[in-house]
Amino acid sequence: MKEQLQNIEKEALSAISDCGSIKDLDALRVKYLGKKGELTAILKSMGSLSAEERPAMGQLANSVRQALDEAINVKNAQLKAAELDAKLSAEKIDVTLPGKQSLTGSRHPLNIVLDDLKEIFRGMGYTVVDGPEVEETKYVFDMLNTDEGHPARDEQDTFYITDKILLRTQTSSVQIREMLAHKPPIAIISPGRVYRSDAVDATHSPIFHQCEGLVVDKKITFGDLKGTLEIFAKRLYGEDIKLRFRPHHFPYTEPSAEVDLQCFKCHGAGCALCKGEGWIEMLGSGLVHPQVLINCGIDPNEYSGFAFGIGLERIAMMRYNIDDLRLLYENDIRFLSQFR
Amino acid sequence: MDLSMKWLNDYVKADMPIKEFADKMTMGGSKVETYRSMSAPISNIVVAKVISLERHPDSEKLWVCQLDAGQGEPVQIVTAAQNLFPGAIVPACMHNSTLADGTKITKGKLRGVASNGMMCSYAELGLTPGDFSYPVADDGILILNDDPDVDKMTPGMDIVKALEIDDEIVEFEITNNRPDCLSVLGLAQEAAAVFDTPLNYKEPEYKTAGGNINDELTVKVENPKLCSRYMAAMVKNVKIAPSPRWLARRLRASGVRPINNLVDITNFVMLEYGHPMHAFDLRYVEDNTITVRNAKAGETLKLLDEMAQPVQLSEEMLIIADGKKPIAIAGVMGGEHSGIMDDTTTVVFEAACFDGVSVRRTAKKVGERTEASSRFEKGLNPVNAEKALKRALELIDLLGCGEIVDGIIDAKSGEYEPERLKLDYDRVNELLGSDISPEEQRSILKRLGFGIEGDELIVPPTRIDMHLDCDIAEEVARIYGYNNIASTVPMLSGQGKRTPRQKLEDRATALSLSMGFYEIMTYSFISPKDYELLGMREQDRNSVVIRNPLGEDTSVMRTSPLTSMMEVIRRNYNNRSLAARFFETARAYFPHGKDELPTEKDYLCYGLYGANEDFFTLKGAIEELLAKLGVQDAEFIACTDDPVYHPGRCAVVTVNGAEIARLGQIHPRAAKAFGVGAEVYCAVVDLDGLEQSIGEDVRYSPLPRFPAATRDISVVCDEDTANGELISAIKKSAKHLESVKLFDVYKGEQVPDGKKSLSYTLTFRKKDATLTDEEADASVAKVLKALEALGAVLR
Repeated sequence: MKEQLQNIEKEALSAISDCGSIKDLDALRVKYLGKKGELTAILKSMGSLSAEERPAMGQLANSVRQALDEAINVKNAQLKAAELDAKLSAEKIDVTLPGKQSLTGSRHPLNIVLDDLKEIFRGMGYTVVDGPEVEETKYVFDMLNTDEGHPARDEQDTFYITDKILLRTQTSSVQIREMLAHKPPIAIISPGRVYRSDAVDATHSPIFHQCEGLVVDKKITFGDLKGTLEIFAKRLYGEDIKLRFRPHHFPYTEPSAEVDLQCFKCHGAGCALCKGEGWIEMLGSGLVHPQVLINCGIDPNEYSGFAFGIGLERIAMMRYNIDDLRLLYENDIRFLSQFR
Repeated sequence: MDLSMKWLNDYVKADMPIKEFADKMTMGGSKVETYRSMSAPISNIVVAKVISLERHPDSEKLWVCQLDAGQGEPVQIVTAAQNLFPGAIVPACMHNSTLADGTKITKGKLRGVASNGMMCSYAELGLTPGDFSYPVADDGILILNDDPDVDKMTPGMDIVKALEIDDEIVEFEITNNRPDCLSVLGLAQEAAAVFDTPLNYKEPEYKTAGGNINDELTVKVENPKLCSRYMAAMVKNVKIAPSPRWLARRLRASGVRPINNLVDITNFVMLEYGHPMHAFDLRYVEDNTITVRNAKAGETLKLLDEMAQPVQLSEEMLIIADGKKPIAIAGVMGGEHSGIMDDTTTVVFEAACFDGVSVRRTAKKVGERTEASSRFEKGLNPVNAEKALKRALELIDLLGCGEIVDGIIDAKSGEYEPERLKLDYDRVNELLGSDISPEEQRSILKRLGFGIEGDELIVPPTRIDMHLDCDIAEEVARIYGYNNIASTVPMLSGQGKRTPRQKLEDRATALSLSMGFYEIMTYSFISPKDYELLGMREQDRNSVVIRNPLGEDTSVMRTSPLTSMMEVIRRNYNNRSLAARFFETARAYFPHGKDELPTEKDYLCYGLYGANEDFFTLKGAIEELLAKLGVQDAEFIACTDDPVYHPGRCAVVTVNGAEIARLGQIHPRAAKAFGVGAEVYCAVVDLDGLEQSIGEDVRYSPLPRFPAATRDISVVCDEDTANGELISAIKKSAKHLESVKLFDVYKGEQVPDGKKSLSYTLTFRKKDATLTDEEADASVAKVLKALEALGAVLR
């Protein structure tokens, strides 16, 4: 019987080892370990053994069963792994084929720039304020110290609806409305579209966008204006950027400054972008003229403020290297889809 | 303002490199636009003397000249000019030279004879006869033998130096608060402050020849409100002649054409002092009387300008009249006989102060915005009028071109009092956030020409822009240097919060982008014809009209964002873009009464076209948008009467009965009118309505604990029966209904003509127990009964 067991073990292990499929392996399991299997048959005939032989033979029989069991399990795992490998190999794809995209649109480049501006100024505590585009002349001109007779009021520059109503030429009108509506402290930006009677060409548009800012509080200084705009420029263009403040004149600010950005392409050396000047005009600014404060019921001896106005088109065109302003309003999808 | 550097250097020493000058002036507040050499691009043209000339062996017209061009060896040049002679002093363009118009001259051969350059005319030097004090030939070579300075012109000398066109011209952008800087002296004062160097100015002086102007001329000012000062001086026995070169060149550098000494003097003084003058020929001042008065109705005046028609004067215009008639429009332009002529013998110089607003209106009305009027407009002062007049007389004296009659007529209303401002050094620092010492502030202000008496600042009369403490702060700051003021950041108490509306707009934008819509930005004014193209109802076309539009195309403020959207779709369709999705946050404008502000409303406007697009792709996007924005209970109702849309493919979206959006296929007639051959689908969502329709904030509902039962039903109904109707009926009749979903619409063989089959999945669930099959079936039975009432029968 011992010999018999050893033969079964030997024969079975060899068969398991040679087995090539899970199906065959299952058949082997039935053949040797099944209810009617060879090993089972031997175990059933154990009754014919003497009481002395039985334990030793029983032990042997069990160890054979264990060995076969284990061999089958190992083989089973091997075969399953091989089967999976084969399946995966058959499922191989060309990962360089194009992906299936869900359609996504793009933000208009002007609004991408505006979003940046809003984020920068909101981060500094400014509120974003909107106002009417068709506006009363007094909010656009009179209260901003731009009296009748000022060239800016000429019909050539401004679209009028009536003598008293016009299309705003600047979003400063929103600042007036804000100062009339709220006591200082005030810290707002007023982005929006503005209108000037310019014929359309590569650098002019009768409609364009501004983002003006206004801060009114006690002891606001020209230094505050400088510091604020420097932070703004650094957030927008990076820490290395340099600004210069150049004296200028606006009827609604005094002192007034134009702010130039050191050319980010040539770093001041002079190139085509900055027309050889090394600097690019970026925005107008200044301390709010005391008469403007008085017009809005704010005492200039108690409060002071600064204001600035940024042209969005200019920033967008510089950022994206857009050489023709008209592209921004033509909305050709081949243009729009280039932005992210 | 074009400034001659030579002229400037008469008054301040500013002999640094031109770039440095320009940069520092710019940073000091006088912005330099450009600068250029007066003679540019002339190069390598020299004075030469004709030694000999011979006929060209091969030509009857050409001359072969030998020239002394200061090179030791004679230079041979062949010319076609016929006005040369041995000993002629001429400009010679040497090999590799450049003419005023940029033409390059190199040596070559003319009919086989070597020519080492060219001789040139005054025009080729960029000059005119007025630039010379002697006659010069219009055709032929410029002959310099008559030049008063011919002795100094040695062969080989640079012609630019010889003719004194070796100046540099700096072009300033002068802001309209600083009319004083539209003058050489004004800019000289600025330069003196910027470079901290003295201004070499002395009051004009001149000799008179006796007599008394009051015996010869009477001046009356009838409207002192519009003419605060009128000064007149008289010069007899004038000798009209060309101006000397230094004067003519300064005018040329400033862009003014020299004419004759008298006219040039008035122009010179205007440029130097910034004060326009006028010169009358006394022969044409009838009754030797000058009256400054308003014009009378019906009066006319033919102007110096070569306009054919005399100008109709009106009563609000201020004019200069003689004893009989108008002879000039005050501050604008003289009449045709008022100017200087070649035979003029007695001249009356006028220097006056006319009201700026009046001059501006008059100039505009008569259509003559002159150099003089543009200066008066900005406001000129009576002190400068006197200085300018005296300077003109000084130049008469200096040029020896007439005898100055004793006395000046001075009709003025009151004495000029300079503006005095309180000097508060601390206030200046408070406004600037700076720490500039009183000494430094005083020094800056003095350099700018201000007087200081104790704590009072005396404003020079030319500085009409100085009134307030902030004006003083700006003066100090710009010369101290804006960029030397320390930067600080204010402490702001604001929080930079977004309003609910701003959040809504940001979210709607993000959602629209995520659904494949490209954001567009369009003009908010349109052509009224666009309404017609779109077929909008008459009552929807009532627009805010621009009084002075650029053209009809941009003449009205839109009342709907759709025309702009269609325009964009047209452009892309024409560019062969096969499909596109666009959206815009667009404003529309609805007029009220005259002089009342219109209502401005913002919309989300969507537009799409392309093979895979239809009503339902757009509707799906709108549904998604509304759902994600938190709009509950939006109902889509068929709309058949909006002429803009396809009558069978349009819906309004209502929330609680109020319309918040409209969508559909643009009427094919409208699409065609816009030139789009594809089906176009558009939606317009009212942002106000949308904001009001947003429901409560989300509250989480517990996840279901008991299983659901589903039942599919298919019903056959009339083709015209709307799915929405059946859904409402299902919702109303079913018990324990969790959701109902349409999964198939079928028309075809198994369904009779005029009918359709709709299939729904109904999902039932109880919150507190497992739903039994019996309960589900019972509910379905109710549903079927309700559907049957609508003519929808189970298949």
